Amino acid sequence: MNYYLLSLIKTAIVVGIFMHVLAYLQWIERKVIAHVQLRVGPRRVGPHGLLQPLADVIKLVTKEDILPSHVNKVFYFMAPFIAVTFALISIAIIPFGPEITIAGVRTNMGITDLNIGILFILGISGLGVYGVALAGWSSNNKYALMGGLRSSAQMISYELPMALALAAPLLILNTLSLREIANGQAGYYWGFIPRWSIFQMPFPQIFSFILFLIAGFAETNRVPFDLPEAENELVAGFHVEYASMKFASFFMAEYANMVTVSCIATLLFLGGWHPIFPEQYGSGLIPVVIFVGSAVLCFFHAANPARPFDRITLPVFGLLFLGLAGLFLLPPVQFILLPLFWFSAKVLIILFVFIWVRATLPRFRYDQLMSFAWTFMFPVALINLFVTALLVALFP
Amino acid sequence: MDALLFMIFAAIAVICGINLVVQTHPISSALSLVGVMGALAALYLLLGGEFIAAAQLVVYAGAIMVLFVFVIMLLNAGTEKKMTVRPLGKYLGAPFLLLFLGMIAYVIQKILPQSSPVVFGSFQGGTALEIGRSLFTVYLLPFEVTSVLILIAILGAIVLARKEVD
Amino acid sequence: MPLGPLPAAVPPSWYLTLSAILFALGVLGFLLRRNIITVFMSIELMLNAVNLSFVTFSYVLKRNDGHIFSFFVMVVAAAEAAVGLAIILTVFKNRQTLEIDEVSSLKN
Repeated sequence: MNYYLLSLIKTAIVVGIFMHVLAYLQWIERKVIAHVQLRVGPRRVGPHGLLQPLADVIKLVTKEDILPSHVNKVFYFMAPFIAVTFALISIAIIPFGPEITIAGVRTNMGITDLNIGILFILGISGLGVYGVALAGWSSNNKYALMGGLRSSAQMISYELPMALALAAPLLILNTLSLREIANGQAGYYWGFIPRWSIFQMPFPQIFSFILFLIAGFAETNRVPFDLPEAENELVAGFHVEYASMKFASFFMAEYANMVTVSCIATLLFLGGWHPIFPEQYGSGLIPVVIFVGSAVLCFFHAANPARPFDRITLPVFGLLFLGLAGLFLLPPVQFILLPLFWFSAKVLIILFVFIWVRATLPRFRYDQLMSFAWTFMFPVALINLFVTALLVALFP
Repeated sequence: MDALLFMIFAAIAVICGINLVVQTHPISSALSLVGVMGALAALYLLLGGEFIAAAQLVVYAGAIMVLFVFVIMLLNAGTEKKMTVRPLGKYLGAPFLLLFLGMIAYVIQKILPQSSPVVFGSFQGGTALEIGRSLFTVYLLPFEVTSVLILIAILGAIVLARKEVD
Repeated sequence: MPLGPLPAAVPPSWYLTLSAILFALGVLGFLLRRNIITVFMSIELMLNAVNLSFVTFSYVLKRNDGHIFSFFVMVVAAAEAAVGLAIILTVFKNRQTLEIDEVSSLKN
């Protein structure tokens, strides 16, 4: 098949799925935070609030788009575009699975792959600072300027420990291309321990993983580092002057950054799409077990439902889960679905950690945040890099 | 295809460069410079310098220019007053510049040995592996000296920009 | 795929011409602008033009020494930008202006 047509089809599939994931990530976040806080979350719009993202999108699109008179119009319009572009562009080089052959067309799962993938991701996250800084500055508003400058300073300060934490597993894996990084974590030690970076032998990269996640929290302006955009601190910080669709762009940019950080953490530290134990021991049956278990749970709760309409919706979900479990048993689609399942499962676990931390921790004060970056994370990342380099040099 | 890409990114670079010189507000100039750097990064990719393209994005466009933008925002530099360029400069300067550039272009075309056109992918020595090899074997001394240079620059910047403690 | 009068690929001298154009624009900005920060940015534009020249010659001569040199130019530009902007901040604190014509005397 023509290379350009194939790339176009892959782009359409990946972007479509990515947009849906962004929308439903907000639903997941609201539900999880609600259940942590012992309440229910959105449940009116559609069964269990599943159509809430649609309602939010309709609301944001149809709201009046206010253009304040005192803003710098060129940069006011440019800032959300910059933020969203650089947040969404990183999905282009993330590989989702191995090379597959569908109907005679051989292709890699993922839109493309660069030789300098990790450096590209670092560059894009550095360029994403401009969206925030320009938004804060162009709004011509003290609070927005403070929020924008603080947020940009935070993002730049945490780029350094993030890059150092990324450099440590790269010493072991010896490549910058994301697909080869994921492929370098195939295989198993002693037949059953996966060769992921957090288990790799000269030096298991647990500290790098934790450092990268903490720096990822700070890069994406999430709790506990979300002072610059907190609603009750700086009057919502750098996006205070932005109305409907531009405000939605900033939120979409934040969620897209979260997904990008989770995908990079999965690829670098958790082995990408490789399963947790080898296939000959039945790791192909794990998704089936999970989905059948969820179906059983749905049917069990449908028998004595907490709410009357659950008598209808829960069995429907149960049947959906059974259908998915059946899909994972079909050999023709297993080779596509299994790597996707493992990759998505790991990314979703990291996203769940993001949401869990948001529901649990209070936020840092700004000076605590900056001194945490420069006096704790940067030296620890340096020491981690030194120890990794020493061990890699001694035991090649 | 390579020629089309070169034309597009060269046009972006020149337009952003002209914008840098012409705009009155420093922040528009700063963002035009970021545009120039982005276009140059794409041109480095065409020339096979993938590591240098990535370094341009990470270091130049992502850190140095952010520093410029911060300083402009902090100092609240307003638009410049009108430039008092003497008529001699205004009306003779630009044509002479174009003439000079034309002469340079002609000389470059003449003295450069006949070499093949720039095709994307024909120079493979710009990967991180090759650059790393050169940096750590042939150019080791300049590499270590630049680390000392950056340390001096950090110290200088901190000392110059800190608040006076009375 | 040739598109009419455009060749399929561009000779390296076109890259050098682009580098010369950008350098000339940097010189123009350096000589004509009055804001210190814009003057500084014109210097950065000149450095970028020189980087493009280095990488082009590295392609022509088929060695990666031009890339290394370009890397060092970036490092030195970073150090210079940091110290230069710190100096600009200090000048602004003392003279409250950013025009190079008004900071032209050594004493107030």
